[in-house]
Amino acid sequence: MLAALRLDLEYAKRGYRRYAAYPAATIAGVFVNAVFGFLRAYVLLALFAQRDNIGGYDGATAVTYAWLTQALIMTVFIWGWRELALRIRTGDIATDLVRPAHPLRAGLAFDLGRALYHTIYRGIPPFLIGALVFRLTLPASPLVWLAFVISVVLAVTVSFAIRWLYNASAFWLLDDRGVTIIVGMAMSLFSGFMIPVPFFPEWLARVAAATPFPSIIQIPVDIFIGRVVGTEVLIALATQLAWAAALLLAARGAFALGVRRLVVQGG
Amino acid sequence: MADLLDALRLYVRLVRARLRAQLQYRTSFVLDVIGTFLISFLDFIAILIIFANVPQLGSWSASEVALLYGIATLAFALTDLVVGHLDGFPQTIRDGTFDLVLVRPRSTLFQVMTADFQIRRLGRISQAIVVLAYAIATLRIDWTIERAVVLVGAVVAGTAIFISIWVAVICIAFWTVEGREAANAFTYGGVTLAEYPIEIYDRWLRRFLAYVVPVAFVAYFPALFILGKPDPLGFPTWISFTSPAVAAAVAFVALGVWGWAVRHYQSAGG
Repeated sequence: MLAALRLDLEYAKRGYRRYAAYPAATIAGVFVNAVFGFLRAYVLLALFAQRDNIGGYDGATAVTYAWLTQALIMTVFIWGWRELALRIRTGDIATDLVRPAHPLRAGLAFDLGRALYHTIYRGIPPFLIGALVFRLTLPASPLVWLAFVISVVLAVTVSFAIRWLYNASAFWLLDDRGVTIIVGMAMSLFSGFMIPVPFFPEWLARVAAATPFPSIIQIPVDIFIGRVVGTEVLIALATQLAWAAALLLAARGAFALGVRRLVVQGG
Repeated sequence: MADLLDALRLYVRLVRARLRAQLQYRTSFVLDVIGTFLISFLDFIAILIIFANVPQLGSWSASEVALLYGIATLAFALTDLVVGHLDGFPQTIRDGTFDLVLVRPRSTLFQVMTADFQIRRLGRISQAIVVLAYAIATLRIDWTIERAVVLVGAVVAGTAIFISIWVAVICIAFWTVEGREAANAFTYGGVTLAEYPIEIYDRWLRRFLAYVVPVAFVAYFPALFILGKPDPLGFPTWISFTSPAVAAAVAFVALGVWGWAVRHYQSAGG
């Protein structure tokens, strides 16, 4: 048990270091996030120049939403994760199968390490840039901060399981790009990354609520800005936990099925 | 002049060869085009959701913003068709394949710009045309020759502005191997900023978009004239006609930046 945990920690450290190796990419990325942070913030302010409240948001919380989503984008890695798919394509996956840790568990540990790096270097800096120019709403109570941290960890786990699932389609499909694109689209819209889910028309909000995607962005943001409070926070965290567990199980199942039909050529 | 014609003829030949190659895999091509067509609607869905909550953004209605969106996205989609592969340019610097470009008997910029031509970007172009058609159909514009000329001019000038911005900022790749993402802030960031009325931005950002990275000239200023809208920011009416001149100026600057960057390039190879 302890040995397994130590192994997880080792994988997490590797995940952290992999991304720490490219500081220039980090600076460029923060710049991109800041550009889009300003854009989103001004668009939402123009919206709230005419309305005082939309779905529990006001001008200040909406601007906070704009910067927080930019801060979370790399942590939860919405776009362009193809690591597993590429390993399946190249056959490198065979090496992972003989390692002592299950690839899914190792992958999750690695991804949580990566997420920590991205939170520190890609999350906090754009948020600070936003805080220099706008008045952002911060949680007042340490309990809310704690709930937010837990929520982000669960968000990364849900996002990881989804990424693992669509990557696993490479076991069956010659070209997994189509699946990647469709899931990426659904993720950016229904997670509330582009526009908060509470702004959606009723029917579309209901569609979003039936998917795991709000667990990736909308729920952590709602906890942070205080749109959900008290016991609602616990319900929100439970929702994320349920999705994380269900999707990890599905990811494990899909991987096992995929491995069964895997043929790696070469000796 | 003869040189220019010759370059153009060569470009057409290269494009035709690439089209033939890309159309070999017919199914994959069709799926790619449909895929890009659908994804492109994502930003527009965001705009529609905003207008489901409010009737106006600043002094602009949904159809008016759709016009801005249509012009900006069409210009950007055409840019993407022509130079979208510049996204991969930093990689050629890193691999050292750019050195090959230096020894061939054509200008470096010509070779880099013509290195690829991704016909699947037609998906994005058709999406932009659909939105533009929607805007024009719902707006009841009082059409005159001048307005039509300004509309077409905006798309052409906008394309030239975006291409120039892309060429200028991709030069970052000569100094850092991570040039792509920094360039994206200007290219993808630029088009997204141009999709909304600049009126809603703060003063510093409006000035930046009018005078530094002039994407306000892609859609916003021309659209004011097409719609017969007085500028709430108090810019004079004639500014709507200046997009082609601005495009020429930006292109000139981009050429200068490129030439200067290439002169300072030192290959890592031996």
